[in-house]
Amino acid sequence: MNGNGTRMQDEVLFQPNLPRRHRLGRWGLILFQMSTLVGIVVLTALVLNVLNRTFGYVAITYQVPPDALSINGIPVERLHPLDLAYLLRQHLTPEVLERLEREGPLEQRDRRELLDLLTTKVMRPKVLETWTLAQSVFCRQAIQSRVTRLYPEARLVFRSWLTPEFLTRPQSSRPEFAGVRTAVLGSLWVVAITIAFAFPIGVGTAIYLEEYAKGKDTWINRLIQTNINNLAGVPSIIYGILGLAIFVRALAPLTSGAVFGLVPEGTTANGRTILSAGLTLGLLILPIIIINAQEAIRAVPNSLRLASYGLGATQWQTIWHHVLPSAMPGILTGTILAMSRAIGETAPLIVVGASTFITVDPSGPFSKFTTLPIQIYQWTARPQDVFRHLAAAAIIVLLAMLLALNATAILLRNRYAKRRG
Amino acid sequence: MPDPTPSPAGGEIAAQLRGRPRRFEAAIRWALFLAAALSIFTTIGIVYELGRESLNFFTRQLWEDTNKQLAAPIGPDDTVLPVTRSGAALHPQDMIRVEDEVMQVLAVDEAALTVARAQQGTAAAAHAAGLDIYRGSRVRLVEFFTGTQWAPQIGKFGILPLLNATLIVTAIAMTVALPLGLGIAIYLSEYASERARRLLKPTLEILAGVPTVVYGYFALTLVTPLLRAIFGKDVVEVYNMASAGIVIGVLVIPLVSSMSEDALSAVPQSLRHAAYALGATKLETALQVVVPAAFSGIAAAFIVAISRAIGETMIVALAAGAGPNFTFNPFEAAETITGHIVRISSGDLSYDSIDYNSIFALGLVLFFMTLTLNIISQRVVRKFRQVYD
Repeated sequence: MNGNGTRMQDEVLFQPNLPRRHRLGRWGLILFQMSTLVGIVVLTALVLNVLNRTFGYVAITYQVPPDALSINGIPVERLHPLDLAYLLRQHLTPEVLERLEREGPLEQRDRRELLDLLTTKVMRPKVLETWTLAQSVFCRQAIQSRVTRLYPEARLVFRSWLTPEFLTRPQSSRPEFAGVRTAVLGSLWVVAITIAFAFPIGVGTAIYLEEYAKGKDTWINRLIQTNINNLAGVPSIIYGILGLAIFVRALAPLTSGAVFGLVPEGTTANGRTILSAGLTLGLLILPIIIINAQEAIRAVPNSLRLASYGLGATQWQTIWHHVLPSAMPGILTGTILAMSRAIGETAPLIVVGASTFITVDPSGPFSKFTTLPIQIYQWTARPQDVFRHLAAAAIIVLLAMLLALNATAILLRNRYAKRRG
Repeated sequence: MPDPTPSPAGGEIAAQLRGRPRRFEAAIRWALFLAAALSIFTTIGIVYELGRESLNFFTRQLWEDTNKQLAAPIGPDDTVLPVTRSGAALHPQDMIRVEDEVMQVLAVDEAALTVARAQQGTAAAAHAAGLDIYRGSRVRLVEFFTGTQWAPQIGKFGILPLLNATLIVTAIAMTVALPLGLGIAIYLSEYASERARRLLKPTLEILAGVPTVVYGYFALTLVTPLLRAIFGKDVVEVYNMASAGIVIGVLVIPLVSSMSEDALSAVPQSLRHAAYALGATKLETALQVVVPAAFSGIAAAFIVAISRAIGETMIVALAAGAGPNFTFNPFEAAETITGHIVRISSGDLSYDSIDYNSIFALGLVLFFMTLTLNIISQRVVRKFRQVYD
């Protein structure tokens, strides 16, 4: 303060304005809290939306209704396999029966398979209209009156679109019989090849950059590091285009299996195989694995290395026996996160050439393929409502796979953290 | 390597420690170096393949029907061709094709063309009357960047509709992601209690981990009906850029918030304490002291988010529309660069078609846009970073 004379003027000039500033502060806090709420709200809305379409009322007509197939009042779902086989023989034409018998005698198949056959070949359900869970719960009366009005011969059933049959049936053009088996198997195959390719190379690169290149700040080491950082930011579809040009087209003899003599005479060798997809995704997640592994190796205390050198170990012996085991939990966590990214990738695989319609299970790296996210994309893109429900069920399968992967990563991290003390 | 003072036993040890391990070490070192070099080959591969096929795209000859025909039969040596008056006007220097022969127009008359025969390696031949005349054109660089129509069927290759849709979708995504992401970051670094942080960080990680197909499904089945309910069914189309933009914004929020929060946390506490000591409220400290101090990191976060939004594919493929459309109305359907690439590749592509080449040209544009943005963000961090030690 300047002294008694000028004090009054100072107080007039200086307006602390506290109430307004505090009010603004409170509003700011509310605004920031609202921002964080948006994230939680969106996540909940997303999950609820998917669940909403996984269950609901369905109006179905049957060619042969299940009631007609019950024997002595026992509904068809609870019949003994021998009775199911008997029903099949009763209702199917001789040609179809002969074709089925060639794959294996009917009486020896298990119950689930026979029920599935009965459903697809005898009962032949056809979906007329579907409703979401919210509609089914809140507008039951309206739905029931609508069904009796528009589809008198149809029945209204409350069903879940996510059933065990959904997981075991292959792709089909009829929504009533569609399943995700081919897609899930395709996804697993592609991810297996992706990791087999990207893990050794990624960890190897990280070891090189952190252990061998550390002392030498040459232009090539700096170039490699900058390059990896830039590659991590390239959109995934560019990797797809790269994979199309190199793995599918230029390396077609290798990726289609022609080099190994696996392409039958007369067919054109096609490079759009699981191998191409796996290599493309491998390139995509390589920067992620490298950066994570680098951080994990960097976190290993230097005293460990120095102690090993002091005992006379070579550089590689130190790395293999001391640095890597110590860094492995971090490396594994990073790899699992990269895997979950790879499972969810769609665009690069569409460009590389996933099949649009395939019913045969993939049998090896040289098969044509489709993956679960691509299946979801194809079903969502169709205009009919039925396919939105199928897509919702498939999304739940995908999210379950990702949840399992990430839970494994977290468990691994916690277990190793405990062990380290 | 321990080399003990020479003694009979020490000599053996020394001999054992030399030799094989060292060669093995060198081999391992080379193997690891090759693994590291693979990443460089990836970048080289991207640039080379995109560049080569784009070159094909720009040098490829397209033939469009001029709606002119030969008015009379001609022999292999005739240099004056009688043509019908109908159809497009031809000019000197144009390349034309009749059947398999390519010719160059030297002079144009009312009903006749003076031509140089057998150009571009084709052989001169006799042609009957009534055959169609095709005019050759190339996709010119200028037309590529300034044309407002993308319709490969009729030879129009202007990238502006696709680029425009990309920019509009990105702009909408940024208006969602930047305020919310920054707000979350400020909350996490300045206000949040430990309990709130433990709830919020996993939520953000989950948001970041959801596959983009699922976000696309969300955009199509929830956001679009919501927009149509709010703004009216005749204002908002079933496929529109706005819902894709909003959902891309949500997708990008975790990226913005985590990078911004890192930047905000790096600001030393002494700055905040100094502000409090001068009587500033928490909000004033956050907005007027901490955020400007962390500016470089926040700017880098914004730029990386823009780059991510530009490269996003599945959400726009599902929710934004399936045909190029040059419009500034976000409620209309339009196709972005990435959406177009995906749509073209999901059909059956023959390797020599113009569509196949166009994918690479578009990919090259996309690659350069995102690469430039990433490099700018790294520069921004380096240039504006305040060092507090």
